[in-house]
Amino acid sequence: MEYLNTFVKAIFIENMIFAYFLGMCSYLAVSKTVKTAVGLGLAVIFVLGFTVPINYLLENYLLKAGALAWLGENFASIDLSFLSFIMFIAVVASFVQLVEMAVEKFSPALYASLGIFLPLIAVNCSILGGALFMQERQFSNVGMATIFAFGSGVGWFLAIVALAAIREKLRYSNVPPALRGLGITFIITGLMGIAFMSFMGITL
Amino acid sequence: MSTAVAEPEVKAPSEPMFSKKTLKLITDPFNDNNPITVQVLGICSALAITVQVKQAIVMGLSVMVVTAASNLILSLIRNYVPNRIRIIVQLVIVAALVILVDQTLKAFVYDVSKALSVFVGLIITNCIVMGRIEAFALANKPWPSFVDGIGNGAGYGAILVAVAVIRELFGSGKLLGFQVIPDAVYAAGYVNNGLMILPPMALITVGCIIWIQRSKNTKLIEKH
Repeated sequence: MEYLNTFVKAIFIENMIFAYFLGMCSYLAVSKTVKTAVGLGLAVIFVLGFTVPINYLLENYLLKAGALAWLGENFASIDLSFLSFIMFIAVVASFVQLVEMAVEKFSPALYASLGIFLPLIAVNCSILGGALFMQERQFSNVGMATIFAFGSGVGWFLAIVALAAIREKLRYSNVPPALRGLGITFIITGLMGIAFMSFMGITL
Repeated sequence: MSTAVAEPEVKAPSEPMFSKKTLKLITDPFNDNNPITVQVLGICSALAITVQVKQAIVMGLSVMVVTAASNLILSLIRNYVPNRIRIIVQLVIVAALVILVDQTLKAFVYDVSKALSVFVGLIITNCIVMGRIEAFALANKPWPSFVDGIGNGAGYGAILVAVAVIRELFGSGKLLGFQVIPDAVYAAGYVNNGLMILPPMALITVGCIIWIQRSKNTKLIEKH
């Protein structure tokens, strides 16, 4: 039950985009058509779902105060948490590189559809943000962290696909010239955020 | 700690230090080439921390320091980094600078650092930093790159503070923590707009700022 709760919470209540604005840059840039939005959204779910558990293990067995206790008593007092940013971003960047190479080798079709988005993901704030939220919230085990990561990814996916669908329809409407493009997209995202706020307070 | 890194080490020999061209690098990001409203960079961490002016100022300064210092460092080593591994090199340098900033904030303004939570770490993936390195520092001399970093950081900070002023003023009737709207107004039935504090209003505020800016500066209007 706790797992389901974390999952639903990560999708709707603590949505990466509407509650924390993470990954906004690519969210705004790649939401012009539904097809590309789906591609990027899937890539985010995938990368987030794997990097957060890896970072969770690193955090708990390497970086946290006293995390090195498994090496022996002398190491129990070491606190490497100031290195966490550099470790997390290194994990994300190298994982993205690995995935890119693996996908290119084993599934050229998938690579052709995801290809250009994969490198973009290394600097997508939502990936590093997922790792940092995992660190801040101190999940009890790696399963919880994974569920949280997948939930956040699905939330991001939903948000970008919804926005892309709205923007496709928007092409036929008469927007004031100065608001066209970026301005109206911001306002739509704000309104969607207000709609998502109605999920607040739901617990399962 | 971090400001020591930001000192300019190399100065352009032939041009005067603040020639028209370098000065333009500072003024441009405030209007024609603003990182947030025109280049659409760095929105990720910009919006969540604009509930209070104080946080916005600290965040703006941190980003300015990181952008300027990383631009300077990468411009100095731009001829020695192989193209294929440049992203990793950039990320590591930026991450090191952000750690410096984070530790400085924790040491001197702990409460603000606590309120900014994960968003200090997210400066690493802030698109402004990477965007300016890729677009400017890798092709220019250290001094202009440094100035470009300062300018873009300041342009980012300006929007942040503008949004924060609107949200704090209407959301809680305060500026920098001091009450601005007099008690008499509250007595007359004025109520703080609680919606302004919630996340979605940051987006709508930025949308309106873009609207105003583009109505004045018509060459920025997009086709679609």
